[in-house]
Amino acid sequence: MEDSWVQEAKPPLGKKTTTTCYHCGETCDATIHTDNKYFCCDGCKFVFQLLQDNGLCAYYELSEKPGIKIKGKFSSQRFAYLENEEIKGKLLRFADHSQCHVNFYLPQIHCASCIWLLENLHTIDQGIFFSKTNFQRKEIFIAFDPAKISLRKVVELLAFIGYEPYISLNEGGTKHHKKVNHKRIFKIGVAGFCLSNIMMLSFPEYFSSGNIGQADLQKVFSYLKLALSIPVFFYSASEFFTSAWKGIRQKWLNIDAPIALAILVTFSRSVYEILSGTGAGYLDSMTGIVFFMLVGRWFQDKTYDSFSFDRDYKSYFPLGVTLLKNGKEETSTISALKKGDQILVRQNEMIPADAVILDGEGYIDYSFVSGENNPLLKRRTELVYAGGKQLGETITMEIVNPVDQSYITQLWNNDVFTRQKNKDKSFIHPWSRYFTLTLFIIAGCAALYWSLYDPSKIWLSVTASLIVACPCSLLLSATFTFGNMLRHFGKNKFYLKNSSVIEALSRINTIVFDKTGTLTHSSQANVFYEGEKLPDEEINMIYSLVKESVHPLSRIIKQYLMLTYSVQPLQAINFKEIAGKGIMGSINSRQVKLGSRQFIDRHHASSSLSRSGEVYLSISGFKKGVFRISNQYRDGVPEMITYLLAKKYNLQVLSGDNDAEKSKLESFFGKRASIHFHQSPQEKLNFIKELKTKNSKAKVLMLGDGLNDAGALKQSDVGVAVSENTSQFTPACDAILDSNEVSKLHRFIEYARSGRTVITWSFILSILYNIVGLSFAVQGSLSPLIAAILMPVSSISIVTFVTLATSFSAKRKGL
Amino acid sequence: MSVLILLIAFSILIAGGFLVAFIWSVRKGQYDDDYTPSVRMLFDDKPVAEKTSPSISKPK
Repeated sequence: MEDSWVQEAKPPLGKKTTTTCYHCGETCDATIHTDNKYFCCDGCKFVFQLLQDNGLCAYYELSEKPGIKIKGKFSSQRFAYLENEEIKGKLLRFADHSQCHVNFYLPQIHCASCIWLLENLHTIDQGIFFSKTNFQRKEIFIAFDPAKISLRKVVELLAFIGYEPYISLNEGGTKHHKKVNHKRIFKIGVAGFCLSNIMMLSFPEYFSSGNIGQADLQKVFSYLKLALSIPVFFYSASEFFTSAWKGIRQKWLNIDAPIALAILVTFSRSVYEILSGTGAGYLDSMTGIVFFMLVGRWFQDKTYDSFSFDRDYKSYFPLGVTLLKNGKEETSTISALKKGDQILVRQNEMIPADAVILDGEGYIDYSFVSGENNPLLKRRTELVYAGGKQLGETITMEIVNPVDQSYITQLWNNDVFTRQKNKDKSFIHPWSRYFTLTLFIIAGCAALYWSLYDPSKIWLSVTASLIVACPCSLLLSATFTFGNMLRHFGKNKFYLKNSSVIEALSRINTIVFDKTGTLTHSSQANVFYEGEKLPDEEINMIYSLVKESVHPLSRIIKQYLMLTYSVQPLQAINFKEIAGKGIMGSINSRQVKLGSRQFIDRHHASSSLSRSGEVYLSISGFKKGVFRISNQYRDGVPEMITYLLAKKYNLQVLSGDNDAEKSKLESFFGKRASIHFHQSPQEKLNFIKELKTKNSKAKVLMLGDGLNDAGALKQSDVGVAVSENTSQFTPACDAILDSNEVSKLHRFIEYARSGRTVITWSFILSILYNIVGLSFAVQGSLSPLIAAILMPVSSISIVTFVTLATSFSAKRKGL
Repeated sequence: MSVLILLIAFSILIAGGFLVAFIWSVRKGQYDDDYTPSVRMLFDDKPVAEKTSPSISKPK
């Protein structure tokens, strides 16, 4: 019978001018409108009306379609937990009877209009005194009058206009974080101030080759320099000493030890020279080292303020749940949930712990946990795992396992989550150790030589060697190379957690991909209709039916119809959605059915399972055709895979989804790559672990998107979270990659490799400088002038070299 | 030469003043957000004024 179907060619795109929502810019039909403005949903329209009533329409003039798509209505009880005093106390920064201060993270902030609207909240509600946004941190600070508006109302207002705050109790540490940042800047400021003044006071000496005519003046200058160097030594340089000391106490010579030694030797020799009146000291060099090192670290430690790389499941789960106690509703924190507690889960809420359904019908979306796209139907007494999202009506459930013992959260009890990775494995460390060792040998030889010929010069030559040959230029080259590379990665929307990830990235030889959301688009799909040709009326009928449904396949078909035909919605009556089967309704007194094969054709043998990507259509009981929906692969992904295969990377695919796409994946990856389907989060973690134990040389990069990949991301050497929208939440990872840039993965890896070459070259350069400096030092003839010239020249030239080299290499790699 | 010493004392004092100003401004959070103020200053009138303007306001 399939042969009789006429295969319809894909209708040309752009056949009609599409209507877009005035608020959020999404394509929509023209059913909802006001004042000649069209909206995709009532939510968007309500927001527009609220803004219009308050004279805030400038929101739409500042940027093009600035609005945020309103994702369905949230239930009135959604933020009820904000009435809970304990939660309130944790969120409010300041509270008294007349004023409350609160800070929220709003991941949706994206344009100037957002800033404008959010800073004008006080015109919508009189209870808000003022609000202030920080665009880069995506934060808002709100001061409000608790007598006029409650915290819950503030959050509900924000959520209503599309900026639902992301509320989590374990990420409240931003205040503390800021202070730490300031400390480093103060240290740099003090070091810079002292350096410039010491340099100024040293100029007379530079020009008179170390001898100033008037002894009084020289004395004053020297003591002034000494006074200026004290804050640098005791305040700015303190972190080098504490870090070096910590290392020594653990019997491990860390990277700060040689720097601390150099600073200490330079300072004490200078103090001795000045107090004894034998010389001018090397205080300019010392403050210079401290200043440049601090700037280098600051540059390298650039962080992305609006990202969080350390989220665990707690950040995804709701803060509060509705508890049923003796028939009464109560809000409670999720950590307080015990086995046997009864809870209410409303539409679009997440199930916080493994629980059994007591009442109602669950229609659970597990995409978060398993990556499987299709929602599952769960009836009474059936077990539902934590992390699922209820798409249907409100259900009552009884907790079976407490939150931290649940199926998905157990993953976090695995010890990979407490282990720190990429710690102290940098290839610079052995270099700096060899360097220090060589330096000691040279200084020792010099001491031995002078003890034979002129013992008065031993002290002079040894200290001078230690002063001039500080490994700081070595370290500077690394910090500036990585710092600059981080910026280049960031420009390409690849946000690394810190610089040690670059090194780990350069060693990668095995790449594991998650399929859904990583290689494929998670929301878009290819739709192909096969069957009888449909007249316009029938297309409108299908459209009106799928419009009513929240099933992902319905949405995809709706999107497809809207983009290819000019659709007119019709009245659908008796709309029914049968979970796991399909949807039906009667339009223009004709029965329209969409769904699985068995749903359409009762006589069809139910034993032959229908593939999940097929939606059959029947109108008035006649089979019309089938919509075939296949994953849409991201642009450039096949090319990237071909390239990686040619470069002999070991490629693997892990998917939580079914194997419908197997043949397509094999066409990209070839027969050699292993492709695994139906993988649970725990299996993904174990898979990475096994890869690493089987081959100890395997350095694994995992590319994943959901919470279901969290364990694998953590277990791998470099875990990259792919995010459709960088404001979305990503699981704990080492890097966040914008989904549109996935096809640049091979370039990122190669760029990370080129970073090592740049560092090696700059090491050679710095060693050349050291040879020059040492050749003076071992002769005991290192004048403060030579040290003062050599130090900044070597530092500045190395910094310039690595910055230019990394930028050039980024350009060549097409980044 | 005492004039030179006086001069140096002054110069360090002034530079120190700038250092204090720098620390003060960092502490006050003036460098915490280097983007939003640049957008904020481009916004036109106060929204309160807009609300009363007849062209935009709508009867509730």
